[in-house]
Amino acid sequence: MENKKQIFKKIKSKYFPLIKSLQTVLLLITGLAGYMSSSCPVMNMPTILALGGSLFLAISGSTALNMWYDRDIDAQMPRTCKRPLSTGVTKPREALILGLVLSTIGISWAVSLDLQYGLVVFAGLFIDVVIYTIWLKRRTAWSIVWGGISGGMPVLAGRVLGTGEIDWIGIALAVAVLFWIPTHILTFSIRYHEDYQLANIPTFPSVYGFQTTRLIIAISSVLTALAMGLAAYGVGMTWGFLRIMTVLGVGLLVLAVRSLTLPSDRITFGLFKYASLYMLGSMLLLFFAGL
Amino acid sequence: MKKISVLDRIFLLATGLLAAYQIAAGMVGKDLQTIWFYTVGFGTLLVAGLLLIILGFEGLESQAVVIVSALIPLSLSLGLVSEHLVEYTIPYLVFCVVGFLAIAITRFSVTDSTATIVLAVVHGIAGMIIFLLPIILSIQGSSPAGYALVGIGGALIGVGGLLLAFLRMGKPILSRKTILTILPVLLFLMTAAFVGGFSMV
Repeated sequence: MENKKQIFKKIKSKYFPLIKSLQTVLLLITGLAGYMSSSCPVMNMPTILALGGSLFLAISGSTALNMWYDRDIDAQMPRTCKRPLSTGVTKPREALILGLVLSTIGISWAVSLDLQYGLVVFAGLFIDVVIYTIWLKRRTAWSIVWGGISGGMPVLAGRVLGTGEIDWIGIALAVAVLFWIPTHILTFSIRYHEDYQLANIPTFPSVYGFQTTRLIIAISSVLTALAMGLAAYGVGMTWGFLRIMTVLGVGLLVLAVRSLTLPSDRITFGLFKYASLYMLGSMLLLFFAGL
Repeated sequence: MKKISVLDRIFLLATGLLAAYQIAAGMVGKDLQTIWFYTVGFGTLLVAGLLLIILGFEGLESQAVVIVSALIPLSLSLGLVSEHLVEYTIPYLVFCVVGFLAIAITRFSVTDSTATIVLAVVHGIAGMIIFLLPIILSIQGSSPAGYALVGIGGALIGVGGLLLAFLRMGKPILSRKTILTILPVLLFLMTAAFVGGFSMV
C-alpha cells in the first residue's frame, strides 16, 4: 500500500508536470471536437477512446520532449524555474525517455487506427518538437506560427479520422487554432516579457514592441473567430450554437480591441484567459453539435 | 476590493450557462430580429459572467462597465417590444440607440450628476418595460402566468443595474462589499427568472 502511494507521489511530482496537463487536455478536446464535427455515421465509443488515448499520448510525449529540450531556458525564467527538470527533481534522461516512449506509443496507436490520421498526428508532433522547439524557438519570434500549425494538428487529425479525408472544414478548424495560438502565446509573452528577455528568447514584444504585438493579437482574434465561424457553418451547426459562437467571438474581439486601446496587465491577462475559454467553448459546441 | 470566491464563480458560471442555453435553445419560433435583440442581452450576460470569473470583481473598476451593463436591459426590453408590441419596435429601437449613446457620451463628457440622470432615465424606462410588460401580458391572459417570471427578472436586473451603475459612479446605494457579495447571486437569479419565464411561452 505504502509502495503504491509512493509510486503515485513520485509520478505526480516528477512526471505529471512534464505533460502540461491543462494545455494537453485543451488540445485533446480540440481533437475530439474535430472528430465529433464529422458527425460520422460509424462513430463509436472504441474509436473515440482510441482517438483520445492516442492523441493524449502523442501530445503528452511532444510536451515532455519540449520540456526536456527547453530545460536550460526554463531554469533561467522565474515563471518556469520551479519545473521538475529545472529543480533537478526529474533527470533530463528520464524526461527524454518518457517523451520518446509516450510519443512512440501515441504515434503507433494513431497509425494503427488510420494511416492518414496517424500521419497528421505525427506531423503535429514533428512540427512542435523539431521545427518549433529545436529549430526556430530560440532564433525567431515568428516561431509561434509553427507552434500554431502544430497546435492545429489535433483538431485536423480528429476530423481526418472521422471523415477519412482532409477537407476544407478540417483546414478551417486548424486555421482557427493557428490564429488562436498568437492570441494565447503573445498575451503570455507580454505578461512574462522580462522572463523571456532573461532567457534570451526572441518574442514579438521584444522584437516589434508591445503595441504592434497587441495589434497582432487583435487581428488574430478576428481571424480566429472568422475561421471558427466558417468551420462551424460548414459543419452544419444549428443557428443557436452559431449564435453562442458569435457572442463568444465578439467577446474575444472586444477584449482584444480594449487591450489595444487601453492596455493594462489585467486586460492582457484577461485576454489570455478568455482566449482559452473561447477555444474551449467553441470546441465543446462543435463536440455537442456532433452528438 | 472583495476577492471573488469559489461560490461567486459557481454562480457566475451558472449564469453564463443559463444565458448560453437561452441563446442556443430558448428562442424557438421567434422572428429573426427579436432573436438577435435577445441574443445581444443574453450574450452580454454570458460574456460578462465569464469576464467576472476571469478578472474578478476588479473587472468592475473599468469605465466600460456602466456602458456595457446598459446593453442588457436595453436589448432585452427591445426584444420584448419587438415580440409583443411590434408597431413600437422602430421608435423604441431609436430610443435604445440614442439612450445607449447618451450613456456612453455622458460618461466621459459631462458632470457626474447629468450622467447619473441620463443613466437613471434610460435604465429606468428599459427596466420598467421588462418588469411590467410580461406581468401585464400574463394578467391579460395573452401569455401564460409563468411568463411573469420575466418581469421578476426585470425587477432584479433593474436593481442590479442601478447598484452597479451607482457604485461605478462613486455614489453607492449599498456598501461596495454588500453589492459585490450579492451581485453573483443576483445575476444568477435574474437569468434564471428570464430563462424560466421565456420557457413558458
